[in-house]
Amino acid sequence: MIDVNLIIEKLPAFFGGTDGAPILSTSEGLQLTLELLFWSLLAGLALSIPLSLMRVSRNKVLSTAVWLYTYVFRGTPLLVQLFIIYYGLSQFDWVRDSWAWQYLREAYACAILAFTLNTAAYTTEIIAGQIRNTNHGEIEAAKAMGMSKWLMMRRIVVPSALRRALPAYSNEVVMMMQSTSVAGLVTLADVTGVARRVFSDTYMPFEPFLTAAGIYLVMTFGFVWLFKKAEGRWLAYLAPRKH
Amino acid sequence: MKNPLLLLGAASLALSVAAHAETLRFATDASYPPFSKQGADGKMTGFDPDIAQALCQAMKATCEVVPQDFDGIIPALQARKFDAVIASMNITPERQKAVDFSDKYYNMASRLVGKSGTQVNDAWFKDKKIGVLRSSIQEKYARDHFTKLGAKLVPYGKAPESFLDLKAGRVDAAFVDAAVGDVDFVKTPNGKGFALVGPDYNDPKYFGIGAGIAVRKSDKALLARLNTALKQIRADGSYDKIQKKYFSFDIYGK
Repeated sequence: MIDVNLIIEKLPAFFGGTDGAPILSTSEGLQLTLELLFWSLLAGLALSIPLSLMRVSRNKVLSTAVWLYTYVFRGTPLLVQLFIIYYGLSQFDWVRDSWAWQYLREAYACAILAFTLNTAAYTTEIIAGQIRNTNHGEIEAAKAMGMSKWLMMRRIVVPSALRRALPAYSNEVVMMMQSTSVAGLVTLADVTGVARRVFSDTYMPFEPFLTAAGIYLVMTFGFVWLFKKAEGRWLAYLAPRKH
Repeated sequence: MKNPLLLLGAASLALSVAAHAETLRFATDASYPPFSKQGADGKMTGFDPDIAQALCQAMKATCEVVPQDFDGIIPALQARKFDAVIASMNITPERQKAVDFSDKYYNMASRLVGKSGTQVNDAWFKDKKIGVLRSSIQEKYARDHFTKLGAKLVPYGKAPESFLDLKAGRVDAAFVDAAVGDVDFVKTPNGKGFALVGPDYNDPKYFGIGAGIAVRKSDKALLARLNTALKQIRADGSYDKIQKKYFSFDIYGK
């Protein structure tokens, strides 16, 4: 039923190999998926820290603006966001005449932009939630030390919130990794894109998509393991006493 | 028949045979104007669905035309999601390994669509981005020929997406059936400043001998009926009537 030879024959394609060329000779497949994931997570995390501070700010305008942003990006499918950015923006002449077009004309940059805005919205809410959850004792201690509001944020609240956000953030990373599979729909050849190409070349649906599923599964294991390590390191103080 | 159970079985068998013979499901590309296009009401319109309906009239069967993205259309046929594919699919040896084809129902060259006045020669292809439909014959041809000249292929799921990116400047040309490029893009307001450029591409090794209707290899009876019906609509003028509705030239070919 399942053609193992086909899986083996097409496996290099998922790691950047093409007909005759060795693996990693192109950035197609796994490498592209990881690149998209890495850049969007990095930019998303960098954006979400200031955004989460604005989200919990007492300033109504700031917090409502960020709330609106996270509401819109968490309330619409990532695929729709990607299509709006990739196909939608390119319809405007002023976008095509602007400096941004040299980036937006590439599907790669559009995908990273969409993924970044999406993951930043989720991460903002995760971190903002943990900032609100900060233990009163920590804040009182900081105040008793005479720390100013910003010093307290920088030294106490944000580091502590980031640690406590780890378990929820690990979910976000895994979800994001799976979400990168929509990149194939704007002409990119990520793991899913390669699977679709093999599928349409061979008319065999099981083999390429099972291969892709296997690759995603291994990546998920990897990320879960990494985050377990990180939690052991940075959340040890919240773990139940062992002795 | 004395046994009431047997009678029931026979009746249900007769019913299921009747129901089976009644509705034939044809799949067509979801978006490949003027050959197929999904109307606002969800119904498929265009040359391919019209030919399907004409064939069904000739076969005295009821038909349903359903949309399906082109790159998954052969696997879906094999998965019995529908009985036949009428999706401007060119008859090629590679596809014949997977499915059986009727006689051709039209035969037309492929062309590049690009900026008006583009002079296409071998040197032009260097570092150019060419939009193609994933798993189309144009993609296969382009991969073997255009990429050797230095072009990069950009795969799309639907023809209109490649036209959007052509207009936006993300690709330098799109490589499609001549009539599709002409009717769906060049002749529309979107296609202002664009034209069919370069030569006709019709190497039979790649482009086959025309477009056929695909059926599962096990469906020999349906194939025979389709071929008879095809001859009939060619003879009685219903083919010409449909063709005139969409094209100003003869697309049946020689």
